[in-house]
Amino acid sequence: MIQRKIKQNLAFSAMWLSCGLTVLIMLFVIGYVIIKGFGQIDLEFFLTPPRGGLSGEGGISSTIVATVYLVITTLVFATPLGVSAGIFLVEYADNIKSRFVQKLVVFARFGVETLAGVPSIIFGLFGYALFVTSLHFGFSILSAALAGTCLVIPVIIRTTEEALKAVPNSYREASLAMGAGKWETIWKVVLPSAITGISTGIVLSAGRIVSETAIFYVTLGGSYRTPTSLMSSGRTMALHVYYLAMETRAFDKALATAAVLVLLIVLLNLVINIVSRWLSA
Amino acid sequence: MTKEGVMKTIDYSLYYGDFKALNGITVNIPINRITAIIGPSGCGKSSLIRSFNRMNDLMSNSRTEGTILVDGEDIYSQDVVRLRKKVGMVFQRPNPFPKSIFANVAYGPRIHGIRDKSKLAAIVENSIRDAALWDEVKDDLGKSAFSLSGGQQQRLCIARALAVEPEVILMDEPASALDPVATLKIEELMEKLKRKYTIVIVTHNMQQAARVSDFTAFLLTDSERAGNLIEFGPTIEMFTNPVDNRTEDYISGRFG
Repeated sequence: MIQRKIKQNLAFSAMWLSCGLTVLIMLFVIGYVIIKGFGQIDLEFFLTPPRGGLSGEGGISSTIVATVYLVITTLVFATPLGVSAGIFLVEYADNIKSRFVQKLVVFARFGVETLAGVPSIIFGLFGYALFVTSLHFGFSILSAALAGTCLVIPVIIRTTEEALKAVPNSYREASLAMGAGKWETIWKVVLPSAITGISTGIVLSAGRIVSETAIFYVTLGGSYRTPTSLMSSGRTMALHVYYLAMETRAFDKALATAAVLVLLIVLLNLVINIVSRWLSA
Repeated sequence: MTKEGVMKTIDYSLYYGDFKALNGITVNIPINRITAIIGPSGCGKSSLIRSFNRMNDLMSNSRTEGTILVDGEDIYSQDVVRLRKKVGMVFQRPNPFPKSIFANVAYGPRIHGIRDKSKLAAIVENSIRDAALWDEVKDDLGKSAFSLSGGQQQRLCIARALAVEPEVILMDEPASALDPVATLKIEELMEKLKRKYTIVIVTHNMQQAARVSDFTAFLLTDSERAGNLIEFGPTIEMFTNPVDNRTEDYISGRFG
């Protein structure tokens, strides 16, 4: 009896310790970046573009614009595709009796699983070969957004699938039994109930685009100028951190940019929390 | 003895894949009466009631033989949307949508094309009144349907079904998830509703069948586990003087 109690206490202590350690490491990383980086941050830092060259002087305005531009463009491509694919896989795929379609669906599911685990640089290389070179989009927001779409589509498809599966079948039955069509049922009953999960996937994808580096290194180029069109090259904030750290002497600026980046990611996570709480209320 | 029904099945069989769930059912559902379908678990009660509005179509491996007529027309030769508008359904567990009370009841009329706000409001009020729920919710129509109790939710689901003005209401064990007081309210409601509607109810509860129904259909599985109609007739006769021994055994509680 006592032995069991000791075992339990040991187990709980170990869990507490791991939990505490995780939080500590996270606080240390974020704290280090923010404390070290904060000295460099002022309004000017946000409002001026990098000056380029080895000095690494200047701010990050153009990289913020490039990041926002790229996130929006990617989501414009990826959201409709990913959500539609998720809807198809959950709501329609199993009702199609054709052997060929069934095989295709199995293959698509396998594809989604695999794509979700592919390292982002592979999508980068693919994007470089197809969009940058073959299709002559060059290093541009467009090329990067298309490569980014390949990267986040599995995320959106999977979160959409999970969200749709979580909608009780009784909602669908009730709607169909009233004479609603299948699409009406999905549009008016199923999707509104799943919107929390689906939007979580979209915000997660935005976070992915903000934080990925390698894939955009080979598709977006690295121009520090403010992108003005879909065909402009650019650098996202994450990419800028990489350039500053590796190719300039301004390590402090890299930390400052990283601090802004970290805050942005924290903000995105807050948005996920708030959106899901607001939508499920 | 019975008037010509709005619904009847003629030698109707239902298969799920290779499994025969219902075997050659012929039954005539009398108009403006409550017909109970009773029988032990797994005898095909739910399969039968879900046949009337083609809900079994949702199972991709289901297949039917024989005929079901609604308003004299084969259900498979009429548009499924029109059929389901005519033949409404209330499910075992209350399943309101995660929407407001108003939006739940307005859902049906809206999908059938009614946009006019005052018209919708009138339909919603009438339906909720007919479902004996109006006095409890009239000030809270904008509240989530989930704020209601289980019994209220089920009456809301009945209101939702009434809102598309069906001729028939199918109820698949509508009170099995409810407490006795809520059950009583549903039963009283059914009594009222049969003046305007033809009602079919599946129930596990023989007392309930005896209390509410005018006619009873007794189903039982045969040696291949397919549901067969053993006996159909006025509830009073069936419960006092059943023709078939198996009906008597079931009703007197010897099995099931």
